Amino acid sequence: MKNEGKSAQRPDNTAFTQQRLPAWQPILSAGIVIPGFLIIGLAFIGIGIGLFLTSQTIQVQEMDYTGVEKDSPCFRCTIPSNLNCTCEVTFSLSTLFTGPVFFYYGLSNYYQNFRRYGVSKDYNQLTGDTRYFKSRSPEEDCSPYSYDSNNNPIVPCGAIANSIFNDTFELYQIINGTKKQVPLDGRGISWWTDYNIKYRNPSPVNGSLAKAFDGTVKPINWPRPAYELDLTDPNNNGFLNQDFLVWMRRAALPQFRKLYRRITDGDYAAGLPAGNYSLTVHYNYPVLSFDGRKKVVFSNVSWMGGKNNFLGLAYLVVGSLCVVMSVVMLVVYAKFKFSDDDDA
Amino acid sequence: MIRWIRQQLGFDPPHQSDTRTVYIANKFPQHGHYIPQRFADNRIISSKYTIWNFIPKNLFEQFRRIANFYFLIIFLVQLMIDTPTSPITSGLPLFFVITVTAIKQGYEDWLRHKADNEVNGAPVFVVRSGSLVQTRSKNIRVGDIVRVAKDETFPADLVLLSSDRAEGTCHITTTSLDGETNLKTHYSVPETAVSQSVSRLESLQAVVECQQPEADLYRFVGRITVTQQGEEIVRPLGPENLLLRGARLKNTKEIFGVAVYTGMESKMALNYKCKSQKRSAVEKSMNTFLIIYLGILLFEAILSTILKYAWQAENKWDEPFYNQKTDQERNSSQILKFISDFLAFLVLYNFIIPISLYVTVEMQKFLGSFFIGWDLDLYHEESDQKAQVNTSDLNEELGQVEYVFTDKTGTLTENEMQFRECSINGIKYQEINGKLIPEGMTEDSPDGAVPCLNKEEELFLKAVSLCHTVQISYDQTDGPGDPFSHANGFSPQMEYYASSPDEKALVEATKRMGVTFIGSHGEIMEIKTFGKAEKYKLLHVLEFDADRRRMSVILQKPSGEKVLFTKGAESAVLPYSTSGEIDKTRVHVDEFALKGLRTLVVACRHFSADEYQEVDRRLHEARTALQQREERLVEVFNFIEKDLELLGATGVEDKLQDKVQETIESLRLAGIKVWVLTGDKHETAVSVSLSCGHFHRTMNILELVKQKSDSECAEQLRRLARRIREDHVIQHGLVVDGASLSLALREHEKLFMEVCKNCSAVLCCRMAPLQKAKVVRLLKTSPEKPITLAIGDGANDVSMIQEAHVGIGIMGKEGRQAVRNSDYAIARFKFLAKLLLVHGHFYYIRIATLVQYFFYKNVCFITPQFLYQFFCLFSQQTLYDSVYLTLYNICFTSLPILVYSLFEQLVHPHVLQSKPALYRDISKNSLLSFKTFLYWTFLGFCHAFVFFFGSYTLMGEDTTLMGNGQILRANRQLMFGNWTFGTLVFTVMVITVTLKLALETHFWTWMNHFVTWGSIAFYFIFSLFYGGIIWPFLHTQDMYFIFVQLLSSGSAWFAIFIIVITCLFPDVIKKVFYRHLQPTSTQKSQMEADKVSVSSEYDTAEIGSRGEDNRPLIAAFPPPLVQPHPSPSLLRPTRASDAWTPCAVSQRGKTPAHDWAGWWSE
Repeated sequence: MKNEGKSAQRPDNTAFTQQRLPAWQPILSAGIVIPGFLIIGLAFIGIGIGLFLTSQTIQVQEMDYTGVEKDSPCFRCTIPSNLNCTCEVTFSLSTLFTGPVFFYYGLSNYYQNFRRYGVSKDYNQLTGDTRYFKSRSPEEDCSPYSYDSNNNPIVPCGAIANSIFNDTFELYQIINGTKKQVPLDGRGISWWTDYNIKYRNPSPVNGSLAKAFDGTVKPINWPRPAYELDLTDPNNNGFLNQDFLVWMRRAALPQFRKLYRRITDGDYAAGLPAGNYSLTVHYNYPVLSFDGRKKVVFSNVSWMGGKNNFLGLAYLVVGSLCVVMSVVMLVVYAKFKFSDDDDA
Repeated sequence: MIRWIRQQLGFDPPHQSDTRTVYIANKFPQHGHYIPQRFADNRIISSKYTIWNFIPKNLFEQFRRIANFYFLIIFLVQLMIDTPTSPITSGLPLFFVITVTAIKQGYEDWLRHKADNEVNGAPVFVVRSGSLVQTRSKNIRVGDIVRVAKDETFPADLVLLSSDRAEGTCHITTTSLDGETNLKTHYSVPETAVSQSVSRLESLQAVVECQQPEADLYRFVGRITVTQQGEEIVRPLGPENLLLRGARLKNTKEIFGVAVYTGMESKMALNYKCKSQKRSAVEKSMNTFLIIYLGILLFEAILSTILKYAWQAENKWDEPFYNQKTDQERNSSQILKFISDFLAFLVLYNFIIPISLYVTVEMQKFLGSFFIGWDLDLYHEESDQKAQVNTSDLNEELGQVEYVFTDKTGTLTENEMQFRECSINGIKYQEINGKLIPEGMTEDSPDGAVPCLNKEEELFLKAVSLCHTVQISYDQTDGPGDPFSHANGFSPQMEYYASSPDEKALVEATKRMGVTFIGSHGEIMEIKTFGKAEKYKLLHVLEFDADRRRMSVILQKPSGEKVLFTKGAESAVLPYSTSGEIDKTRVHVDEFALKGLRTLVVACRHFSADEYQEVDRRLHEARTALQQREERLVEVFNFIEKDLELLGATGVEDKLQDKVQETIESLRLAGIKVWVLTGDKHETAVSVSLSCGHFHRTMNILELVKQKSDSECAEQLRRLARRIREDHVIQHGLVVDGASLSLALREHEKLFMEVCKNCSAVLCCRMAPLQKAKVVRLLKTSPEKPITLAIGDGANDVSMIQEAHVGIGIMGKEGRQAVRNSDYAIARFKFLAKLLLVHGHFYYIRIATLVQYFFYKNVCFITPQFLYQFFCLFSQQTLYDSVYLTLYNICFTSLPILVYSLFEQLVHPHVLQSKPALYRDISKNSLLSFKTFLYWTFLGFCHAFVFFFGSYTLMGEDTTLMGNGQILRANRQLMFGNWTFGTLVFTVMVITVTLKLALETHFWTWMNHFVTWGSIAFYFIFSLFYGGIIWPFLHTQDMYFIFVQLLSSGSAWFAIFIIVITCLFPDVIKKVFYRHLQPTSTQKSQMEADKVSVSSEYDTAEIGSRGEDNRPLIAAFPPPLVQPHPSPSLLRPTRASDAWTPCAVSQRGKTPAHDWAGWWSE
């Protein structure tokens, strides 16, 4: 401690200790806010118009095929006893549906965001770690979809995997009464990181993926085990099946769409030409027990993503509010000014 | 055995006896079954913790705080049942909060340890085995003989055995204990007084028996048994034999004493018990808000639980095919499920209670309070004292003060007495240049001429120089720079010590006039009259007491004649005077009082031999009486002090402190009512009040004085109330005296309060210390519950300082008692203006916004989570990832508010000080009113709704915000899942909440910029990092690449942008409208300040950097107030510092004790 006689206690004279740090002292006064609002408002209106117009150019074709209504083509498939039921939904396009066209399936009243449902998976298993095929970490997360009635371990375990969406679709263009199949591309519909990093298949035993799954059973609802999910493409099997990956990414809300396929190839690379189309639905997935709905959606995208009128509208509304408020403020400010002058 | 353990553990006090037996030098009896008593050692422990017990004890203390305990419970619940979030989410913030608090408390305790060690390790000399041994203070044990040299403090409570004087007396001052500055004489018993050397002490055989330690400084009962030649001599011991720890030896070369009370059992330690905790109004409203939030939390949890069961009533929701329950879940009891669901919701929403609020508030207070000590404007150059913060809990209370109760002497005035005028034999004199000049004459006598005094003048001066209890200290340590001695022409060795500054001033004055008091040796008092020494024999001292209000001495003149000199208040002396110029003197006394001088009247009485014998006999009888000694003494005193011959009166000026008037005026403009509470007499008090601007000349002064009966008092009160009602245009001032006040308070409290509230200034005179506290309490507990502040400097103000919401001590001359018991201590009264108007205002604004913002940001945080439950079947799915849940309060949003709450300046300090009325803007806790609280909470809910539903609509069915495909690989269509949704909400929230604070910030230092933009940037960087890695120790990788995917979507940016703007836009509009339509005066002055700020700010900054010496002046007084000092005060700085020096000198040495003691009051 320094002791310099009389002024030993003298506080330091620095900007910091004396609370004199140089500072910017903005004040929200009308002078700044009115022009600010005007600029923001105009900018927002501009953005809003842009977004809205872009959104308008996006084409969406949406069809409910749940089959609740009696006249619906899929009505007969809703009878539970009717297994392997197929139904056909037809639609027509009056103009070219510009490509690339995206093909979604949609579910509503379906709670993928249920907490117990959400945790019902074993991440270690899904990274291909075979140690977790027989045991689980944490043990209780996957139950009751962990072991089958014979106490065989289910792989992949858990409610999410078990409840994978299993309707399949085939799209045909009807040209002069004949059906021409539209090729659907199922590659790359999941997140790149999911496919390449996060999920892993177990290393094949003797070159066979199926062997790696030895001693495990398929999820109860699955028709085939994981290594036979895609019979046409051997690389699209196991945990790296694109549809599986899409399904595993839980939706945030009870009404959701998931990407099913893209239409990018062959004659349809530029889009779906105007004409009549027929969609063959292999109807497997039961949703009526919880008042659910199923639909298919065709859509294309713009630079801003999918169709969303709301974003553009929101910008328009907030932008115009800003402008209106700045005018109101201007009026008030002028009045205030006058009254101020009177006071003075 | 069991008993021994119990004793060790402290269940049984080790000694139950009423007395302790101390064997001097620890010579225990050789024979007999002597059981040594156990005493505390001489260590002083002000620290709370040791290294070993720090963790458990500190944890225990922290969890006694209700909020911490609540989070502990939540944490335990999370450990026990299956909850949506992992225990880490609440465990980590709790750990963080607990750690930060523990570090802070540990640091404070370390400082205490350091202070303790300094005290405990101080070197002392102890007689051990026949020689003088140097050891450390902590090693002194009860029974040790301790040697203390001059000007040292006593290391323990000692019974005086001997001193270097033959009679075995010594002088001490107890300034640091009770604030009394006079020298006190302490005695030893004659049998031990002869043992003046180590060898003789060695042969001393004695036992001290005394009571067990107690806190009363003035009580000590014991006896000493000295064995001399096989004979036991028993002597009684009283307080005059006991030297208290903390007192200081004066005028005596060395003493030997035996330690009887050591360490924590010394009277000093027993006196510094922990102060009662004062809580600020902000803290009280904070607790109310917490309870409201707890209510919201419970409501949300219960509502969610009920709705969950309402949903689950239908099987299709309860257990759809894709999400079946385990058998265990199906079979568990409904009630248990209900309870565990409720707890799970509680856990899910528990973040609505802001966990880090307390720790942030604590940090803010702790760090923020440094600014008071650092403030150069609160630094007093002359005495080298800066403001001192004893508790940081009350910072914001400084901005809420509605009543200021101030002491007069030493607070408004310098407590530096200056003899000004006197009246001798009916003639008024003034002191000019050390000479007494009769009124109306000019100083015409040629220099060097021997002044001649007439008989009356000489007698008067002698009376003044003899009738006192002043002691003289011959100080050998006279440094070359001891200006005190030169300024007053003293011989360097001489220094007067007096219990009252008046006496000191009078004795010094007579010295200047040629009648010098040289000292008293035993019974001889020696004075020098113009170089001629005269010796008076002091026969009796009739001590001063507050009831008689006078003191007398009976002396034998050199001629053998016996004379009584009396000095006292005029009301206590004049009625007993029979001769002299009574009427003229009375007129003069009143004139003095009107000038604000403190008056004393001096009288004498000559005794004939017979009279003296009678007096002597009666005095002796009364003094030795065993019963009713007090009453009999009073009776005898009254018998003696009569038929007095009036000599004259003195007028002593107590100078007003610098800038008192301006300060009081500022406080008044700030809407603070100033009450002066003083022990002084009515006239003096009123005149000081007038001169310091407390009363204006234009004020109508109402008086409630000299009320004798209850009914009379009530009548007067009613009359006053009526006058106030009739005359409400003019300002009123009220004068009350102590006696009338107690009457008024006894029966007519309401009426009295009504009168008081309508008076803009109240002056209470003739107040006893406890009455001061009572007045404060009366105001404090009145229906409006105003915030009170008491300021004072003396021991008599301590009760008031402790009673008031905020107690401020003036570091004055009357010891450190007030300072130590205060919450804040400043050197001068004028500093109060800056302390309240600037610091108080800032602290209040800062903490109020801090509290409101904390609640706001937690509502924003948790409400989307609540809303999300409506979309996930009340399944307790969290919206945010648990890492975000954990870090929201401790990383992403913690620093901006902390920095804001440290540096925010709504208005420039100059403006605040020059416009005291701005203080009214924040009065009555306005920023934490229920309305404001509701506004912030409502805002929080609104923002939360916008975050959630904004994201909801913009995200739609998971498709509308899809990645644009141009940044990533061509036309890749991606979907967002629930975590992306949560992250979007969270991102929007962090940005909005941070920007909302930015809107509130008016003072952007580089630190604000750094933490505000830094927080947002940190959030982004952290999220990229967190989402960019597969974390090996996490068992799900839910967040992997979520953030990157979110940001790679162009429309997500658009969405974030629009949501943030939508949230803040109405708030900005509201602010602008309020500013222009209903501006508060603070806002008005902001606008004005804005116009000049640029130039003035640069000016001040430049001056600050250029001339260090100019700074304080400019900073201390804002431009409008800067004015040249009035010319008389040009002399003042030197004089004030001169007078200060003796005290400063004596205090410098005892700083360790002070530091140590300071920690007690924490």
